[in-house]
Amino acid sequence: MSERTLRDRTAVVGVGRTPYWRRGQSEPHTKFELACQAILAAVADAGLDVADVDGFALFSGGGGFDPALAAQVLGLREVRFTAGLTGGGGGAAGAVGLAAAAVHAGLADVVVSLMVLQQPAGGRFGSAFANKAGQYSAPPTPEKDFLAPSGLVGPGQMFAMLMRRHMHQYGTTRDHLAEVAISTRTNALNRPQALMRNPMTRDDYFAARMIADPFCLFDFCLECDGAVAVVTTTAERARDLRHPPAYVRATAMGGAGDWGPAITWMGMPEEIFASSGHRPVARDLWSRAGLGPQDVDVALLYDHFSGLVLLQLEDYGFCPIGESGPFVADGNIRYAGGSVPVNTHGGNLSEAYIIGFSHVMEAVEQLRGTAVNQVANAEVALVTGGPAPIPVSALVLAK
Amino acid sequence: MTRAQVPPQSLGSLNPDVFTEPFWRSVADHRLTCAQCASCGAFRMPPSAFCPRCHAQEVTWAELSGRGTVFSFTIARHALTPELAGCLPYVVAAIDLEGAPGARLISNVIDTEVEDVHIGMPVEIVWEDVDGSPVTLYRFRPVA
Repeated sequence: MSERTLRDRTAVVGVGRTPYWRRGQSEPHTKFELACQAILAAVADAGLDVADVDGFALFSGGGGFDPALAAQVLGLREVRFTAGLTGGGGGAAGAVGLAAAAVHAGLADVVVSLMVLQQPAGGRFGSAFANKAGQYSAPPTPEKDFLAPSGLVGPGQMFAMLMRRHMHQYGTTRDHLAEVAISTRTNALNRPQALMRNPMTRDDYFAARMIADPFCLFDFCLECDGAVAVVTTTAERARDLRHPPAYVRATAMGGAGDWGPAITWMGMPEEIFASSGHRPVARDLWSRAGLGPQDVDVALLYDHFSGLVLLQLEDYGFCPIGESGPFVADGNIRYAGGSVPVNTHGGNLSEAYIIGFSHVMEAVEQLRGTAVNQVANAEVALVTGGPAPIPVSALVLAK
Repeated sequence: MTRAQVPPQSLGSLNPDVFTEPFWRSVADHRLTCAQCASCGAFRMPPSAFCPRCHAQEVTWAELSGRGTVFSFTIARHALTPELAGCLPYVVAAIDLEGAPGARLISNVIDTEVEDVHIGMPVEIVWEDVDGSPVTLYRFRPVA
């Protein structure tokens, strides 16, 4: 019987991006143009020709990116695979896993995954669940009737409810949230592409205005325009390309059935309400990778909101359930001296929010040894997508 | 201390399907009901096409007391959309419903100082008819 595994059969060989802008500042560039710029940069980084691209593995609707138009505009020879994860930002890491699966199955050879984001006025992600017109708003549905009257319109408010429960159950405090925000900001200070390059003190954090208690301004990620693309191909081909391969060691995606839509309903049972929803995904990931949290050199954890980094640290086993607050308070996630440096690029919180896809790029740079905040001898990188409604996802990249 | 404000009635929507409509008809009569599987007795909210436990479709409509407990909450202090600017701060809570284990409603906690809202707080439903509209809203207030 053949072994059912993706382990090290494929690799990420190219990464590329546009500049990052504050929300709405990227015009007159078009969104499609930004996506194509990131693709061209990623392909060039790999040492490939864009005409070699024959597949697209996306998430969150590709951010609106259309492979059909790209095939025409970029002059692709032939497209052999186009698919995406369902759901939203939870699929960020899993999109690369999908690319790996397609390549390993022989459905395509050079697969692009990407995210592009452009948020003009009226098109803000932060109020994605409001009943309103616009690109990032949900249409009226029977389920929305149960949400809309309460004024629960944004993911930040929704995740604040999970965080509040965690604080109640385990004694987690705003100081623990502050540690995530400050540690992440510290990592952004020396990165030219980071949008937030001024230091944040504890006083700065506590002086920030409250948005959705217990989340203040600095617990929220940035609102950005920009694009990031990565290229995945076979391990054999990867070895002949420009950079050392970042092998896809393992991927996992999904979530427990009773996690379901999670934040848009809040019906999760008590045992997993105050979690990141990643526990079943983490179990699959470590099993498939033949690794565990102790093997991770650098963790790129989806940080749309500071507190959800804490919950992921628990669900991936970096610390016991309920103990992420004291774990970060001990300095464990810091780049300088931490046992598992987290979001060495400044994350969604302080570098840029491209729905988590900059995390994949940072993982690849860490494994190549070219990161700005390089973790010495980094050999194993964890990347996650979500917390979000099903699916959330994860990826282990390795040297 | 800051009084909890009430989001505008204009946020209310009514787009029922065949599975949610009986719930909203009860709401219009100021009665809180919950879909209960006619086969295995499991409660589910929102009302949906299948029982997630046994997959039966038939439901009975359990009449609830209207009391509940705050399971978790957030205090919204920033208006994410313009129509929320006039009602800050407001409290959004997930409320466990008495008499329907496993069923939660998302609603506002009103008639309180926001600082007094806490997990485990006993609350009861308050009905709010909307003039000139088929929508009836519900919120929750602390049990006196």
